[in-house]
Amino acid sequence: MTKQVQQLDRVIIRFAGDSGDGMQLTGDRFTSETAQFGNDLSTLPNFPAEIRAPAGTLPGVSSFQLHFADHDILTPGDAPNVLVAMNPAALKANLGDLPRGADIIANTDEFTKRNLQKVGYAGNPLEDESLSEWRVHAVPLTSLTVRALEGFEISKKDAERAKNMFALGLLSWLYNRPTEGTVRFLETKFAKKPDIAKANVAAFQAGWNYGETTESFSVSYEVKPAKLDPGVYRNISGNLALAYGLIAASVQSGLPLFLGSYPITPASDILHELSKHKRFGVRTFQAEDEIAGVGAALGAAFGGALGVTTTSGPGIALKAETVGLAVTTELPLIIVDVQRAGPSTGMPTKTEQTDLLMALYGRNGESPVPVVAPSTPSDCFHAAIEAARIALKYRTPVMLLSDGYLANGSEPWKVPDMEDLPDISVEFTAEPNGEDGAYLPYKRDTETLARPWAVPGTPGLEHRIGGIEKAEGTGNISYDPDNHDKMVRLRQAKIDGIDVPDLVVDDPDGDARVLVLGWGSTYGPIAAAVRRVRKTGAKVAQTHLRHLNPLPANTGDVLRSYDKVLLPEINLGQLAMLLRARFLVDVMGYNRVRGLPFKAEELAAVIQDVIDSE
Amino acid sequence: MSSTESLNGKGLALIPRADAAQTMKDFKSDQEVRWCPGCGDYAILAAVQSFLPELGLRRENIVFVSGIGCSSRFPYYLNTYGFHSIHGRAPAIATGLATSRPDLSVWVITGDGDALSIGGNHLIHALRRNVNLNILLFNNRIYGLTKGQYSPTSEIGKITKSTPMGSLDQPFNPISLALGAEAGFVARTIDSDRKHLQSVLREAAAHRGTSLVEIYQNCNIFNDGAFDALKDPATRDEITLRLEHGQPIVSATKAVRRAADGGIEVVDRAGVDEAEILVHDAHRPDPSLAFALSRLDAPAFDHVPIGIFRSVDRPSYDSLMAEQLATAVAEKGEGRLDALLRSGDTWEVV
Repeated sequence: MTKQVQQLDRVIIRFAGDSGDGMQLTGDRFTSETAQFGNDLSTLPNFPAEIRAPAGTLPGVSSFQLHFADHDILTPGDAPNVLVAMNPAALKANLGDLPRGADIIANTDEFTKRNLQKVGYAGNPLEDESLSEWRVHAVPLTSLTVRALEGFEISKKDAERAKNMFALGLLSWLYNRPTEGTVRFLETKFAKKPDIAKANVAAFQAGWNYGETTESFSVSYEVKPAKLDPGVYRNISGNLALAYGLIAASVQSGLPLFLGSYPITPASDILHELSKHKRFGVRTFQAEDEIAGVGAALGAAFGGALGVTTTSGPGIALKAETVGLAVTTELPLIIVDVQRAGPSTGMPTKTEQTDLLMALYGRNGESPVPVVAPSTPSDCFHAAIEAARIALKYRTPVMLLSDGYLANGSEPWKVPDMEDLPDISVEFTAEPNGEDGAYLPYKRDTETLARPWAVPGTPGLEHRIGGIEKAEGTGNISYDPDNHDKMVRLRQAKIDGIDVPDLVVDDPDGDARVLVLGWGSTYGPIAAAVRRVRKTGAKVAQTHLRHLNPLPANTGDVLRSYDKVLLPEINLGQLAMLLRARFLVDVMGYNRVRGLPFKAEELAAVIQDVIDSE
Repeated sequence: MSSTESLNGKGLALIPRADAAQTMKDFKSDQEVRWCPGCGDYAILAAVQSFLPELGLRRENIVFVSGIGCSSRFPYYLNTYGFHSIHGRAPAIATGLATSRPDLSVWVITGDGDALSIGGNHLIHALRRNVNLNILLFNNRIYGLTKGQYSPTSEIGKITKSTPMGSLDQPFNPISLALGAEAGFVARTIDSDRKHLQSVLREAAAHRGTSLVEIYQNCNIFNDGAFDALKDPATRDEITLRLEHGQPIVSATKAVRRAADGGIEVVDRAGVDEAEILVHDAHRPDPSLAFALSRLDAPAFDHVPIGIFRSVDRPSYDSLMAEQLATAVAEKGEGRLDALLRSGDTWEVV
């Protein structure tokens, strides 16, 4: 039987199941297959902070959404076309996001009376009429998997656990994905357990074959590869891109990388990744706490390393005093904040943009720090190099504001050519810069206002620095009132004078009256919303801030040249407040703090409202 | 023999040697020393300045890192590299420095409040990791810079500005704490005994890994005379139990021996058989006996062990990390950025 193949331009799939069902792995694998196939894609993992919440419950549901298309896309998608529900909890938790007519592939084996009761279903929704507006494919995934693995030398439990690979095989058939990568992946992942490897491969292939033969699926779908710029591509998540960016910064600066870090969600993956790359001379130090993590990084920076610390919001709160020490000792340091929902512990696995004001101002004294915020997962790579460039050139700590959405989300990335990466090499000071062979650690470069950087081991330049106010030039302890006023202003002027590129506005016809402005990870949803609005014929301009401190020199001019400025933020209006105060422009905020990225449809409606109210 | 093993006991092996002989003057900075007149810190500073030349290291490869407190001003007065940091964090900062720069001799200057109160966590973790650091803990049993509150080493019942009816907390014994964290080198000395202080510093510097040296230091403003019993010629020799490797542990009048209950006890030296007296073994791998010795100064300061409690070699953290980096390069070759970025599943768009 040859089944019909239907062409689609884009698909959104959500895999959902229990935390222990392997949904993140399944999603990752489907993503890799999709990337390999050449679609453009964007992903949204969404999982609970609990490692294993009670099985079958709503809090235990873990999901992975993937949007792929034959054209360039900007977000993981608003509403899934397909939901794979491994149990009743997964169905119940996700049904609200599913538009009418979407496909539901449900694992009927898990729709037992007990599991249904656990999540408050009175009857079985697969058997009554309650899902009549969706296309339900009831598939006994667990028992089909177990049957397919009869004869394998594995336990029943291990056989059942392979059901996610059966589901992956089925979906891979349904969307005509290439399978070799997954087979290779499974063989490598379970290299030490060949029986498990074989069983998982068999389950994966059984899922594929099931799709080919069963009558529940009469059509398979094809989404053609996207037309992307020529080059070598790979799929990359924000955390991986950030880790690679830090290694690239080490290579491009010629300084050894030292990471001082303490595990925290959702930043830990950067520590994990960097710890794999010791052959690049990368030293990773898992500290006893957040304070020691940044302290060790600063100590390494004093010794001439590229010092980095990685954390999330609560960790930044703890590191504040040391960042202040880096400000006043004017040593290069990169502080990565992978923002998550707060305050306090908040929702560790959910995303937010609520640390902006803390990054900018969360220290005692006048303590200016440059802030860089990547806009997409792959931009984390370049933003890390940019943060290093600023830190090294201006001898200053730099905050790099990623977030949970960028960290775990992924997209195809065109691997850059080495010659396109910036040279950010530094020269340590090796000669005295004062009279009579004296070394003046606080004698500044007249252009950048950066102080010289002489590292221990350099003869004749022995000097002492510290947290107490320093006399201009000599760096000796000084309580002189005028000196302090001057040093406060010099430190501020140095940061204000950092060279950052101008804002670029996307305004195709040049006559829009409404500007949508964003910063950080909202880039994708905002750009997708702007596209939708423009498709209706409406005019809207878009621009995005990557440097939050200092702001691009033309920011005020850009803001003032539109009748209305809309600023969506996943906080209660932190950047809006700053822009209003600084430029006296009536920036309108759109703020939702749900732990989730904006949806394009939601923002498109907001933008349309603003245009209509003109 | 691995490179790590070869470094044991050679704390200075990786640090460049000075070309010419140095003097105390070479290590004095141009800054005016600003401690209270009569402070014990002066004696320690002078002892360190006159001791450093004998190490024969290049001055530029020596770094002093400190936290906050009176003692933490120390780096400003030494003509080496120095970093006066923030309260309690010097061990963390020094850890990053020493781990990334094995060619430096890194010294941490800290006090009882800095090291044992706000920085207690960093101290114990530095000790357990065994980073190549020398930590000098100036213990005056009081907060000086904040003007006279009790510290984590103050005795119970201490009347201070913040404890008008007497302090309630049990003090830390820094030596016990360090041994509990399995520090490889733990010693105690006193500000007024320059010869002993310098002999301990010499051993500490030669030890590769973290060394902790507690220095009893007199704060003549807020806790004057705290250690007088150890300095007064009338009581000094009786109270001080000298810890010298291979020598019986005795004072002028007392001796340490095994007790019937399995512990150790201090008895009158006169009535005890020489063979019963405990002979000090600083290199004993198990720290429990050193710990027992560390308890002898409590509760009444009747007898106080002074000297090196423990000096045991184990691989230092920075050496082990350097070894991992070298192993990674040896096994996989030096990292190439281009290859890294193109690793994993890639595809080409033409």
